[in-house]
Amino acid sequence: MRTSLSERLLDLLVSVFLWGFRILIVAAILIGTIASIRAGKYSSDQWIGFVVLGISQGSIYALIALGYTMVYGILRMINFAHGEIFMSGAFSAYFLATWLNNTGFIDRNPVLGLLIPILFAMIMSASIAMLVERIAYRPLREAPRLVPLISAIGASFFLQYTFRGLFGPGVYAYPSIKALDGQWNVFGFGILKVQIIVAVAAAVMMGILYSIVQYTKIGKAMRAVSEDKDTAALMGIDVNQIIVTTFAVGAAMAGAAGVLYSLIYRQVFFLMGFTPGIKAFTAAVLGGIGNIPGAMVGGLVLGIFESIGPSLFLEGLGITRPYQLKDVIAYTMLVMILLFRPSGILGERLTKKKA
Amino acid sequence: MKKENFLWNAIKTGLLGGTIAIFICLVGMTEIFSKRDVIEKVITLGQFVLLVTMAAMGFIAARRTSDLFGGNRPVLNLTAGLIAGLVTGLILALFVFIGYKVNLRAVFLNASPPLYNLLTFGKGQGNIWPLPLIGVGGGLIGAAFLLIPAMYRGPLTRALIFTFFMALFSGLFRVVMINQKGGVAKAAKYLFGQTGLTWEGTLIFFFTVLIIAFLWNYRGKEVQARISRLPKRGQLSLRILVFIIILYIAIMLPTVSGPFIAQVIVTVTLFILMGLGLNITLGFAGLLDLGFVAFYAIGAYTVGLLTSYGPFGLQHVSFWVAVPIAVLVAMSFGAILGLPVLGVRGDYLAIATLGFGEIVRLLAGSDFLAKYFGGPQGIIGIQKPCIGTLAAFVRVDVPRACNGIELGTVQTIYYVAIVSALLIAFVAWRLRESRLGRAWMAIREDEDVAEALGVNLIQTKLLAYMLGAAFAGLGGAIFATLIGSIFATSMQLLVSINVVALIVVGGMGSIPGVIVGAIALIGLPELLREVSEFRFLFYGVTLIIMMIARPEGLWPSQATRRELHHADAENVSAESMV
Repeated sequence: MRTSLSERLLDLLVSVFLWGFRILIVAAILIGTIASIRAGKYSSDQWIGFVVLGISQGSIYALIALGYTMVYGILRMINFAHGEIFMSGAFSAYFLATWLNNTGFIDRNPVLGLLIPILFAMIMSASIAMLVERIAYRPLREAPRLVPLISAIGASFFLQYTFRGLFGPGVYAYPSIKALDGQWNVFGFGILKVQIIVAVAAAVMMGILYSIVQYTKIGKAMRAVSEDKDTAALMGIDVNQIIVTTFAVGAAMAGAAGVLYSLIYRQVFFLMGFTPGIKAFTAAVLGGIGNIPGAMVGGLVLGIFESIGPSLFLEGLGITRPYQLKDVIAYTMLVMILLFRPSGILGERLTKKKA
Repeated sequence: MKKENFLWNAIKTGLLGGTIAIFICLVGMTEIFSKRDVIEKVITLGQFVLLVTMAAMGFIAARRTSDLFGGNRPVLNLTAGLIAGLVTGLILALFVFIGYKVNLRAVFLNASPPLYNLLTFGKGQGNIWPLPLIGVGGGLIGAAFLLIPAMYRGPLTRALIFTFFMALFSGLFRVVMINQKGGVAKAAKYLFGQTGLTWEGTLIFFFTVLIIAFLWNYRGKEVQARISRLPKRGQLSLRILVFIIILYIAIMLPTVSGPFIAQVIVTVTLFILMGLGLNITLGFAGLLDLGFVAFYAIGAYTVGLLTSYGPFGLQHVSFWVAVPIAVLVAMSFGAILGLPVLGVRGDYLAIATLGFGEIVRLLAGSDFLAKYFGGPQGIIGIQKPCIGTLAAFVRVDVPRACNGIELGTVQTIYYVAIVSALLIAFVAWRLRESRLGRAWMAIREDEDVAEALGVNLIQTKLLAYMLGAAFAGLGGAIFATLIGSIFATSMQLLVSINVVALIVVGGMGSIPGVIVGAIALIGLPELLREVSEFRFLFYGVTLIIMMIARPEGLWPSQATRRELHHADAENVSAESMV
C-alpha cells in the first residue's frame, strides 16, 4: 500500500518525538541519580528506610491493583470506582477500630484489634462493590466501552460524596495500635514495625487470593470466564455469579488495603481513595493488566520508585522540595507505560500463554 | 402465586424506598433542604423530597403490579402503591425511633436531633406515627398517577415539574422582578414568598401550565404542521427570529439580573466554551480526554504570564494579544501531548490523559517551578481587557490604566464570554458538517473501518485533540481574566469531570446539548446554594442514570437520534461485537 509523503513524514515525526521523549526521561533519571549519589546526602540507613517504605506502600498498591486487574480481566472495563471501594473499607474500619479502642480492646488484644477491623472492612467493601456492580455496571455490560467507564466515573463520584455527606468532610485519625509503635531491628537496620506488619499482611492477603484463583473451583471458573465468557457459560458456569464474586473478592482486597493504608498514614477522609486508586491502576498496567502476579510486581515496583525517586533522581536534578513531585513520578510512569508498553512487564507471558 | 408475588413486590419496593429515604436523611439533604420552601408555610423542600420518594415508590409498585397482571387493575394498583408507601413510611419511622434510643451520631454526622425534630414535625420522640400515614398518602398519589390516562398525565407532569422549578428558583425570580418596580414588583410579591412560592403563586403557575400543556396536546400538531407547511424562506426567517429573540435576552440578561446572576452566567458560558471544545474530542471523535483541565490551565497561565502586573508577569501585552497566543500555546501543547497518546486504545487514553492533567497541576503548584508559575501562591494581578486606543490593544505599559472602556466587571466579561461561545459554536457547527467532521464520526463509530476507507487516523485524531485543547485554552484565558488571578489548586480533575459530565448529560456530539448540559449541571447548582452542597453526588447519580437510561443525552444530535430510533435492532448486535 502506498502512503502519501505527508503521512510518512507525520509517522516519522511521531516516532522521532517518541524516541526523543524516551531518551529524555532515561537521561534525566541517570543524570539525577549520579548527581544524588555523588552528593551523598543520605546515609545507607536512610536509603533502606526509603526502600522499606516503598515496599510497604507498594504492597498496598498491589492489593488494590488486584481488584483492577481481576475486573479488567473479566469485563475488559476500568473500574474507576475501585479507589472509592478502598476508601469505604478504610472508613468502616476506622469506626469499628475507634469503638474497639475506646473500650480498651485494642490495647488488650493487639492482634485481634488489627484483624477484626480488617475483616470488617473487607466485608463492607465487598458489599458496596457488589451493590455498585449491580446498579451501575450490570445493565451496561453489552454497551460500548466508553459507556461503562463513564458510569464508573459517576459511581466513583457518588461514593465519594455520599461518604462526605454521611461522615463529613473532615479528616479522621485512625486509632494507633500501641504494639505497632517503634522499630524492629532487622540485620542491623532499624525499621518501623508498622511498615513490616503492613507488608507482611499484604503479602499474606495476596497469597490467599492467588491460591483462591489458582487452586479452588471458583478460581478456576474465574479464569475460565476471563478467558472466554460464552464458552464458560456453555460449560455450566454461572457467569453472572462469577463476575459478582470477582468484584467482591477484588473489593475485599481493596478494603483490607484501606485499613493497612490508614495504619501507615493514619488519615481517613472521603477523597483518600482517588490518588491510591490511580496509582494502583498504574501498578496494574505496569504489571500487565489482567495478570494477577503482574499486579503484585507492578505495585512493588511503583511503590519503591515513588519512595526513592524524589531523593534519588529528582533531587539530583536540582529540584527543590522533590517530595512534592512524588505523585508526578507515578503519573509519568503511568503515561510512559501506556505509551511504550501497554502490555506491561508480565503482559507478554500472558498473551503467549493464551495463544 | 400471583398474589404472593404481588405482595412481595409491593413490600420490596417499599423496602427500597425506605432505604432511599434514610439515605436522603443521613446524607444531610433533609436538613439542608428544609431551609427552603417549595410552597411557603405548606411544605419545605426537604419534606417535598421525601414525599416524592414515597410517591415514586407508589408509582413503581403500581406499575410492577400492572406488569404482573398484564394490565391496570385499579384496586390492586392502589393497594400496591399504598403498601409500598406504607413500608417506606414505616421504615423511616423506625429509623427515627431507633435514632432516639441509640446515638447514631457517633458514626453518621447528620443523625442529629434537628433531623429527628424535622421528621417528627417538631413534636419529639412519640410523634412518629405521621410518617407511615404520609407514606400511605404519598404511595396512593403515586399509584393514582399511573391510573390517570396518558392524555392527562403528560400535561399534569409538565405542570408539576414547571411549578417545582418555579419554586426552586423563586428567590431568584423575586429579586429580578422586584428590581423592576411597579406592577412587576407587586406581582413578584404576590407569586413568590421569601423562601418559596406562595400558595396563590403555586396555583397560578400550576393551572396556567396545565392549561397551556393541555391545549398544546390538542393543537400542537396543527401548529407544527403549519410551520412545516411554510415555504423554506419562511421557516428560515422564523428561525432567525427565534435566534434574535434569544440573542436579545442573552444581551439584556446581565443588566437586569445583577452581579450574582451575571457571575453564574459567565461561569456557565465558560463551561459551554470548554464543553464545545471537549465535544469535538469526545462527542465527534469519541476520544475520552480526562486531562482536559491541563489545557485550561495552560491557557490560563499563558494569559497570566503575558499580562500580569504582579511579580510573575513576563510581558504586559493586552488581553487581546494574549488570548490568541494562549490559544496557540494550548493548541501546540495539545499536539505535543496528543502525538504520543493517540495511539493508545480508548479507555487507556482516558487514564493517560488523566495522568497528564494531574502532572500539569502538580508541576504548576510545586515549589520547583515556583519562580516561573508562582507555585502555591499563584499568579495575581492579571490585566483586564480594555477597549480604547489602538496602542492599548497591543500593549499595556501602565498597569490598570485604560483610556477607554475597561471590561472589568463581571457583566462586561460576560459579553466577551458570550461572543467567544457564539464564535466557537459556529466553528464547531461548521466543523461537524465538514469532511473532517465526518472523518471524526467515522473514527468514533469504528476505527478500523474508518482507516480502511482512507481516513488518516493519527492526523484526524490529532486535529480533534488539538482543537479541543485550543478551546479549553480559550476558556482558561477568559477564566484567568475574569478572576484576575490563577491558582494551581483551581486546576483540579473536577473541572475535567464537570465538562465530561455536561457533555454526557446534554448529548455527546450535540452542540445545543452542550448548552443544555452546562445550564443543568453548572448553572442550576450555582444558583441553588442548598443543592450545590450535593452537586457532585447528583453528578454521580446523573452520570449513572444517563448511561443506563438515556445514553444519547437530553438533547441528542440528529445523527444519534436517528441511529437510536431507526436501527435499534442493528445497533444492539453491532454494539455487542465491540
